[in-house]
Amino acid sequence: MIASLSHSLITAQTVIPKFGHADDCVRQNRTFCWGWFSDHWDDVFQPALLDHIKLTLIAVVVGFAISIACAIFAYERGWFERPFSVFAGVLYTIPSLALFQLLVPVTGLTELTVEVALVSYTLLILFRNTLTGLREVPEDARDAARGMGLTARQMLWRVEVPLAVPAIIAGVRVATVTVISLATVAAFVVDEGLGAPIFAALQSSFNTEFIAAGALAVLLALLADALLVGFQRLVTPWARAGGTR
Amino acid sequence: MKDFVNAFKFMGDNLDLLVNKTVEHLELSGAAIAVALVIALPIGLWLGHLHRGSFVAINAANVGRALPSLAIIAIGLGILGIGFVNVMVALVVLAVPPILTNAYLGVDQVDRDTVSAAEGMGMRPWQVFTRVELPISLPLVFTGIRTSAVYVVATATLAAIAGGGGLGDIIVNQASYKLAGVIAAAIWVAVLALLVDAAFGLLQRAVTPRGLRRAAEVSDAPPPDEGAAAPLVAGRPVPGIE
Repeated sequence: MIASLSHSLITAQTVIPKFGHADDCVRQNRTFCWGWFSDHWDDVFQPALLDHIKLTLIAVVVGFAISIACAIFAYERGWFERPFSVFAGVLYTIPSLALFQLLVPVTGLTELTVEVALVSYTLLILFRNTLTGLREVPEDARDAARGMGLTARQMLWRVEVPLAVPAIIAGVRVATVTVISLATVAAFVVDEGLGAPIFAALQSSFNTEFIAAGALAVLLALLADALLVGFQRLVTPWARAGGTR
Repeated sequence: MKDFVNAFKFMGDNLDLLVNKTVEHLELSGAAIAVALVIALPIGLWLGHLHRGSFVAINAANVGRALPSLAIIAIGLGILGIGFVNVMVALVVLAVPPILTNAYLGVDQVDRDTVSAAEGMGMRPWQVFTRVELPISLPLVFTGIRTSAVYVVATATLAAIAGGGGLGDIIVNQASYKLAGVIAAAIWVAVLALLVDAAFGLLQRAVTPRGLRRAAEVSDAPPPDEGAAAPLVAGRPVPGIE
């Protein structure tokens, strides 16, 4: 029995649980093992990346809807700005890890907890940018719209909101990048997103997994930022024509 | 609801622990902000004085904001391993951009006429910098420091996974402290972040020259609260932002 066991130990290639048949790089836990990374792209990193994008999209879309509605309301009724700013400001200041944990007793270890926290971080940025954008619409443009006989509602949707688009997208940029960053922390609550491999790696201090997941999160944030800049140029051609930037 | 009641019970029973961890948390945050200040303030202020390097100074904030803090710590864990060095590097990397960008913008955006007037009075460049540009830019410079400080206090919580200590130690260790302890520490750290924000807000008000304080109240400038360099930099059309 013992003989056969030791025999199998000698003949079998080293098997590290979860890492499968390990090569030298993995066994010695070198800084980064390309082989392991590409072997586990399909079962670890790609799903984590897709989950991360999903978490981010939901949070930004929901946050966008709430913030735009609140910003337009505050634009029409000035008194609403102060209380909402204070509320969103407090949420924005609470450290993400703390907010996730504080929501757990209320909404449990669910995706809902994660989304509520992520949405709450988008509110301040989107609300403030939208409101500033609306307020910076030139009075001349409003006068012209009134002169053309537009009703208040038409003026809002055809003149003021379109002119505020650059400021709104600037806000979406910041909010998206912020959410991508904070969604890594969501892995404390649910086993999703690029934070999940980071926490898995904590159990074994496995360098490759740390670096790969961390680098993917950084790349995703930079890529999203660049895409939104491109989108902003696409939908606001007049900003380019002005030659002010 | 019971969880929150238990959390407050935990606070009462473990006040010493929470106070110790808070001190640790603030020491770590303070050290990181101090290092970031030493690196970022001189560069930002000097570039602003010269009106050079706007691309670097402004984009520092955009890139800095894009860096997920947990990812930075994770990459640090892979390269530097667990320990104080990794945590400090991550916190400093995250603290530098807002300070740098706001210091640059603060000095760069001082009214050129004011600077000309000072030069006309015969001030040397150094005097223009210390007596005119610096006092006028202080509110914006402090906005950057405030943003960084709040950011670092929040991120120091995550640093616990890399052996940084502080209140995060309790939050990530539910096995030892139970849910009550985790929630107690979460409440504690949330209040700490809000207090740091408020403290820097007061400090910011105190360093604002009296003349500017009135001007700020009269003009319709967006209030400097909530510190976020983000809305400031990305929200308002700053020349050369892209």
